[in-house]
Amino acid sequence: MLMGRTKPPIYGLLAEFDTPARLVAAAERARKEGYRCMDAYAPYPVEGLAEALKFHHTRVPLITLIGGIVGGLAGYFMQYWIAAINYPLNIGGRPLHSWPAFIPVTFELTILGAALSAVLGMLGLNGLPMPYHPVFHVPRFALASRDRFFLCVEATDPKFDRQTTQRFLESLDSRGVFEVPH
Amino acid sequence: MGAEGPRLPTAAERRRPPVIGPGHTFATVTDKISTIVLTRPTTPGWLAGFLVSFSLMMLLFYAIGYLLLEGVGVWGINIPVGWGFAIVNFVWWIGIGHAGTLISAILLLLNQKWRTSINRFAEAMTLFAVASAGLFPLLHLGRPGLFYWLLPYPSTMGVWPQFRSPLVWDVFAVSTYFTVSLLFWFVGLIPDLATLRDRAETRAARILYGILAMGWRGSAMHWHRYQTAYLLLAGLAAPLVVSVHTVVSLDFAVGIIPGWHSTIFPPYFVAGAIYSGFAMVLTLAIPLRAAYGLEDFITMRHLENMAKVMLATGLIVAYGYAMELFMAWYSGNTYEGFTAWNRIVGPYWPAYWALILCNVVIPQLLWFKRVRTKVPVLFVLSLTVNLGMWLERFVIVVTSLHRDFLPSSWGMYTATRWDWAVFVGSMGLFLTLLFLFIRFLPMISIFEMRELVSETEAGSSD
Repeated sequence: MLMGRTKPPIYGLLAEFDTPARLVAAAERARKEGYRCMDAYAPYPVEGLAEALKFHHTRVPLITLIGGIVGGLAGYFMQYWIAAINYPLNIGGRPLHSWPAFIPVTFELTILGAALSAVLGMLGLNGLPMPYHPVFHVPRFALASRDRFFLCVEATDPKFDRQTTQRFLESLDSRGVFEVPH
Repeated sequence: MGAEGPRLPTAAERRRPPVIGPGHTFATVTDKISTIVLTRPTTPGWLAGFLVSFSLMMLLFYAIGYLLLEGVGVWGINIPVGWGFAIVNFVWWIGIGHAGTLISAILLLLNQKWRTSINRFAEAMTLFAVASAGLFPLLHLGRPGLFYWLLPYPSTMGVWPQFRSPLVWDVFAVSTYFTVSLLFWFVGLIPDLATLRDRAETRAARILYGILAMGWRGSAMHWHRYQTAYLLLAGLAAPLVVSVHTVVSLDFAVGIIPGWHSTIFPPYFVAGAIYSGFAMVLTLAIPLRAAYGLEDFITMRHLENMAKVMLATGLIVAYGYAMELFMAWYSGNTYEGFTAWNRIVGPYWPAYWALILCNVVIPQLLWFKRVRTKVPVLFVLSLTVNLGMWLERFVIVVTSLHRDFLPSSWGMYTATRWDWAVFVGSMGLFLTLLFLFIRFLPMISIFEMRELVSETEAGSSD
């Protein structure tokens, strides 16, 4: 239970669109109208949609870079520690810290660290796995993974009003507007 | 897309077949691919293919069981030829896997639209080929139960793997390759699993695909991060695939065996891997598109492009063969010269000449457009290249080893029936996994086909 704050009675309002162009136009209009707590849903990555919602920045590349650096350093120093410190083997007087021979494993572990962080970072930032989400209550939403495009204005938006928001969404060339319960 | 609106196709575009058949919308591509998995009944053809593959997989398990009981002596390997079929098959399978990564990663980075309808099953092919490949070094260890000695873990014996050995590099390269291929494949599948979840007709399917889709709902912010992560993965997989076969080639090239100790090995192995991989993609794509009526999605353009890649990489491989012979002569090294001559006229001459025929001579037919556009001919050619690349690894492994520096340690290698059983059985494992994949998962990336639809035409539905 949320204490001190009143939970809105519904999650939001969901508008359905036929084409990606209409969805992008609607998202831009809604932004201009002053709505901020919004999300759009599409069956494939629609170009310009994230920009229309003013969602530019993602930390996935940074997380990937850090993962790669950590993987590479860990790989290199593991080999250095093993071959030169913990278990030195003198083979024909060759140097213990034979760095060229350590490069292949360092490279592989860099890639491994970066790839794992890219995937886990993407899933983590997206909040997946998420078994429950209110938008799935709307039966038409099943088409969001086929050929329909949706815009959801959430009830937490300060400008949200059950009646005016509904009228606004209906004016956007949508096929229908649905209430999303919690 | 530009803002200039619809335009007429150029002359070059009209001559080339399209990457997707005409008249498709978001809805039709979704339905066509997802019904193969969800509603289409199991066909007798699928069942027959699965049964044959499954029987071969059982043969593999039987042969492995016998191997574990008796030891590697059941194979034909002995001194001087200690690396027999196991290493030949390992290199062959892992090479096949490389085309999947190449199609999904490098062609994505190069923005090649034609990759979309073949990348998913090519990635699956990678995964299953690497799984088959990984079996062989483990079985070849002699004591497979102790495989974990290859990993750096703090053991009570206080010893560690030897990081200066290419065989240890191999462990890291192959396991990283498998992990990254699995991640790439699974990330690509998430939106399609959500589609299957939303369109599933039975409760069990809905729950199963639902768990795997992890609650994907196609949010714009999610797509944004998803695309970034997918591109980054492609960027990471592209150098990885080159490094993996380089490390595999170093297993040979670092050794001082004549015929192996050569700096040309890394690029020549990578080109060979792509060559055999594209051959395998063709071998699988041609029957699949016929069986499931996917000619609209896997068009002649795809087959022709793959044939062209095969021709190009085949020429690089042919250059590798020529350079091997040239360097054997030019180096003036007696042992190198003998090894090269022995390959051509020695006891294994049929393998060498068959390899030249399959990999160098016959693929020259691909210069002709008439050959590239005849599907049955292309299918036979792809099988020829698969066979040729297997023979290449056989020639590299066996002919280099069977004539040691001293004639007193010369020997011959013949594969036993257990060698053959494990080899044929590994094809059973590969095909079984592939049959299960095409039955339970979308073999073509649905969301990327929708993207393709939106780019080729307006793509409005109904």
